Amino acid sequence: MSLSIGLTINGQPRTVTLDDPRVTLLDLLRERLDLTGTKKGCDRGQCGACTVLVDGRRVNSCLALAASLDGAEVSTIEGLAEGETLHPVQAAFIEHDGFQCGYCTPGQIMSAVGLIAEGHAGADPERIQELMSGNICRCGAYQGITEAVLEAQKILAERNRRAAA
Amino acid sequence: MNRFDYIRPASVPEAVAAAAVPGSAYLAAGTNLVDLMKGGAARPERVIDITRLPGLDRIEWLADGGVRIGALVRNSDLAYDERLSRTFPSVAEALLSGASAQLRNAATVGGNLMQRTRCAYFHDLAGACNRRVPGSGCDALEGENRLHAVLGWSEHCIATHPSDFCVPLVALDAVVEVEGPHGGREIALDTLHMLPGSTPEQETALMPGELIVAIRLPAEAAAFSRNARYLKLRERTSYAFAVVSAATALEIEDGVIRAARIALGGVAAKPWRARDAEALLVDRTASPEAFAMAANLALAEARPSGDNAFKIELARRIVVRALSLALEGTPEFMPALPASPFSTITGANHVA
Amino acid sequence: MSLETASPSAQHRRHGSNAGQPLTRRDGVLKVTGRATYAADNHPEGMLYAVTAVSRIARGRVTSLNVAAAKAHPGVVEVLTPANRPPLAHDPDVKMPPFGFRVEVLQDDTVRYVNQPIALVIAETLEAATEGAALLNPQYDIDIARTGLESGERFGLAAVGVGAPPRTAHGDIEAGLAAATRVTEADYVTPQQFHNAMEPHAVVAEWDGDRVTLDMPNQALALSCASYAAYFGIPAENVLIRSPFLGGGFGSKAILNGPQILAILAARMLKRPVKLALTRTQMYGPVGHRGHTWQKLRIGTDNEGRLTALHHQALCATSSFDEFIEPAANASLPLYASPAILAEHEGLRLDIGTPGPMRAPGEASGSAALEVAMDEAAIACGMDPLEFRLANYAETEPGTGRPFSSKALRECYAEGAKRFGWSGRPLEPRRMRDENGFLVGWGMGTAVFHCPHFPAEARATLRADGTALVETAGADMGQGAWTALAQIAAEALGLDPDQVELHSGISSLPDGGIAGGSGHTASAGLALHNAGEDAIARLAEIATADPASPLFGAGNIGVAARSGRLHRHDDEGRSESYAEILARAGRAEVVGTAKAARDPAIAEAHAMFSHGAVFAEVKVDPDLGQVRVSRLVGAFAAGRIINPRLVRSQYFGGMIWGMSFALQEEAIADRRTGRIMNADLAEYHVPVNADVPSLDAILIPEDDPYVNPLGVKGVGEVGITGTVGAIANAVWHATGVRVRRFPIRIEDLLVDRT
Repeated sequence: MSLSIGLTINGQPRTVTLDDPRVTLLDLLRERLDLTGTKKGCDRGQCGACTVLVDGRRVNSCLALAASLDGAEVSTIEGLAEGETLHPVQAAFIEHDGFQCGYCTPGQIMSAVGLIAEGHAGADPERIQELMSGNICRCGAYQGITEAVLEAQKILAERNRRAAA
Repeated sequence: MNRFDYIRPASVPEAVAAAAVPGSAYLAAGTNLVDLMKGGAARPERVIDITRLPGLDRIEWLADGGVRIGALVRNSDLAYDERLSRTFPSVAEALLSGASAQLRNAATVGGNLMQRTRCAYFHDLAGACNRRVPGSGCDALEGENRLHAVLGWSEHCIATHPSDFCVPLVALDAVVEVEGPHGGREIALDTLHMLPGSTPEQETALMPGELIVAIRLPAEAAAFSRNARYLKLRERTSYAFAVVSAATALEIEDGVIRAARIALGGVAAKPWRARDAEALLVDRTASPEAFAMAANLALAEARPSGDNAFKIELARRIVVRALSLALEGTPEFMPALPASPFSTITGANHVA
Repeated sequence: MSLETASPSAQHRRHGSNAGQPLTRRDGVLKVTGRATYAADNHPEGMLYAVTAVSRIARGRVTSLNVAAAKAHPGVVEVLTPANRPPLAHDPDVKMPPFGFRVEVLQDDTVRYVNQPIALVIAETLEAATEGAALLNPQYDIDIARTGLESGERFGLAAVGVGAPPRTAHGDIEAGLAAATRVTEADYVTPQQFHNAMEPHAVVAEWDGDRVTLDMPNQALALSCASYAAYFGIPAENVLIRSPFLGGGFGSKAILNGPQILAILAARMLKRPVKLALTRTQMYGPVGHRGHTWQKLRIGTDNEGRLTALHHQALCATSSFDEFIEPAANASLPLYASPAILAEHEGLRLDIGTPGPMRAPGEASGSAALEVAMDEAAIACGMDPLEFRLANYAETEPGTGRPFSSKALRECYAEGAKRFGWSGRPLEPRRMRDENGFLVGWGMGTAVFHCPHFPAEARATLRADGTALVETAGADMGQGAWTALAQIAAEALGLDPDQVELHSGISSLPDGGIAGGSGHTASAGLALHNAGEDAIARLAEIATADPASPLFGAGNIGVAARSGRLHRHDDEGRSESYAEILARAGRAEVVGTAKAARDPAIAEAHAMFSHGAVFAEVKVDPDLGQVRVSRLVGAFAAGRIINPRLVRSQYFGGMIWGMSFALQEEAIADRRTGRIMNADLAEYHVPVNADVPSLDAILIPEDDPYVNPLGVKGVGEVGITGTVGAIANAVWHATGVRVRRFPIRIEDLLVDRT
């Protein structure tokens, strides 16, 4: 059984032929489209390492069947920076040492981008901690992660204000 | 994961027709089904993708003040819906205490109702589980069961239902709308999930092929909006299933309880409504003593199914606390840590 | 901060000297953009996928596998079972020193633990290999599993940890106990814990004749090359391991395991590259864990609250077929002064995968028990826990009397207590509440971790343009090695870190030793330092012998390397850049090399440890028993700090691990089958962001002239020790309930309120 689906990945429309409906979005990205920035930590929705944005919302790509996402827009870590200019969330993660081994980092960053877009945390660190709790960091870089999200959110808000002005 | 046929129907009737074939499973976001398929506890031959079915992703306010929530509404969209969280705050709080932001963004309302137990023996294909393989036995009974059921269990199954969302829903008399091979019908949420008895494999009242299309919360439930809470004990601060949880709601007039709702999560194979305890509270003055009596009554039938006697006492205490919190009033803002005992809010509460 | 200062180009701006600066990570941009490649990100042409089928019994025999069903699944290429597994050149049941363990590579149909590989399915796609493995439907002859204290077999030990004696006695313990006015005695239990690095163990293996390239996360490159070479009957230099990034290791990626060997074997058998990544559940068995311990402490004290005896016994679980014994009781050896100390271990054989070193092996479990016992002893003496520890401060190593190479623990206690606000803490429990009515408790613990040093080699090349390339086969699993090692090399070379290119993480480079025991920065760092000095010496030789150089003839006076120039010691004005020296000499480069190891005489004469003091505040719901850590303050002394930003992160990570140990982590095995019922990340709890309290890590200055020429100690593991006890003690202080079994659970704290 072969199935053709359309996906827009990091702004690029792509037609993907699936020979197997079992393929998850995560495995599609990693094993078939050479987008290995998105990581597999548990493959069961329990760690958040595979977080990507689907139609602008952060989700666990390990639990999404690719076939079911026909027509969706997918954003991954590879599409976040503009050329060599890092996205403010990426830059803030470096500055605040929001990672150690780096394996959960793409998921953390995509989750943070999603969180900021959702706009439910405000500047309350506790809300950010709660809303970033779907991303496990075994190294324990959480304090830096929280600081990075707070700072990036501020920068993005300022940028949006300027753009609106 | 086994191979399966992937079917994407265009309408509810098409979906229901497709699901008439034995071995079919409805797929929404997949946050539970795909997980089960990866673990092997579910091996459907046909996966019927309902995510494109039209009209099921809406929150509709009814003329009488109730609300009809489409089965494909995402958990986060519902939780952050301004009117819903104002009208049914404990529902929003329960949703936001479940899983993670990512999972809530994907998971649907219908899927939440249909999620399967977290009992490790249900997921352990090498072990015996009457729920998974009828008649095979229950390895949880003599196994590692400190988090298993204390209410409504049987010697055939001691699993619990993992949903947070369902707990306030059952407290608030939610109704489930289903479509099936023989047309549509309505099921009270309280009767959707079945206690195990001697047929734990019969997890819900749904007939083969029936599809949940919506959940309704009645207008009467809105009367509790100022005094409704969800409280959830977890083994870590977030991203964990409930050890025990409780949804409470009060209608209070001059310090006297006019109506009360109490439901427990994490204690039984279904969200557990404590109607006797509710009745006891009616026309009593809201007080710690009354709450303690209600809690005792709510757990009167409880008995440990294993190393879990502590859950009974814990459940009593949670009922008392959740009632006290409801009495204090629904917080004006969603707590930073929804449903957590540590969700202390310093902001102003609703003044009744 | 503005965006500009966060931009990559500004990250390595030099602020004075090289080392000691809080530079951001050199690999930061790669990691935040997804361009850092971990093992499973590789995808050579023609690659196949391998998935292990694992045993679901703990002990017995596999009687059948439905190989036909697996092979019939579309895409399945081959199924490896004991029946067709090609031979290996090394017997997997023969241990390979120094860190070799017995591994399960389908040598026969015996099952000795749950999640042991019993077959390997290789397919064209991951989906097919996964389902192929599920279709094998193994049948077993099941023996009764030995899963706990009651059923396991106790045995005497030859060694604990990595070659430490199982029993160490100083003084007469019974005499010490007899002399005590009080004896505090208690039992403590620590559970099975699993490393659960975020990156599952993975390998991509590709053979070219009798040479193999392995992309795999690896904490011990040179050792592993030798081991794999032995298994495959090829010279060690034919094994190339690439491990540029590790998604966490914590000890679990320092040791060979069966699944990875099988994947490499499959690649050779099928003459195609093979990728294997364990599932999360499959990590609960063949890749090590922190072993279950049952510990007993007896602490004798005199009227002044001084120890008269410290007796620490540990019963430690290992597998039925191999030994890794958590050296838990040894945590009591280096810390508190006592005329009599006895640390002794016993083994317990269970049908489990062999335990292994997991972040602070021994120290973490042992410190958890010791620090709680010390708290109990302090209370018995009516003393403040900090005062009690100060009364028993060891000025020299207890038992041996050796001087410490350095020990600023007293300063750690003082600074930590000050920052935390320890003074004024009521001695009695249940005396503090916060504004919301939660019980509040304060507890503390001492942190200690030894300082191993591994032999290491490095190469430093000064290049014609004045920059340098430094090389050593090290491993950065998140500790920040790439950054700290570059800083060390840059300092030796008199260059800015930006001018130093570091190559590491590949086995073809000079052996960088093991990234373990918190000893990597010191070990590989010293090799890099010495290689840098060697390169500078060679450069100086060229310059001082060249009549055209302003440094001509300075040979005896000496030169100093600074800012890319050599300066005469006696005349700062006379200097020349590296590039100029090389250009005139017509040299493209100057290469320095070094091997570095610890001076055994100095090591013998000194006790070498990192120290710290951890203070914890917890809040406990008085009715519901849920605990939340609200503050952790750690003050640590670990010699010279190369990069305070990264060191602080290491301490934070260690303290979070300590919190996890105290309150969350526990693998729960079914008592009948031995199957771990929470072998995942949903029910095996590790901290999430919302669990993390306000964290403070204070870096206490410490000058250590002996530990190594760099003065660097380890920082990766010390943070766990002390923290577990501090939190458990804070829970007692909040509730009055003493929990001696980890993790502390809700039901432990549901005390009767009447």
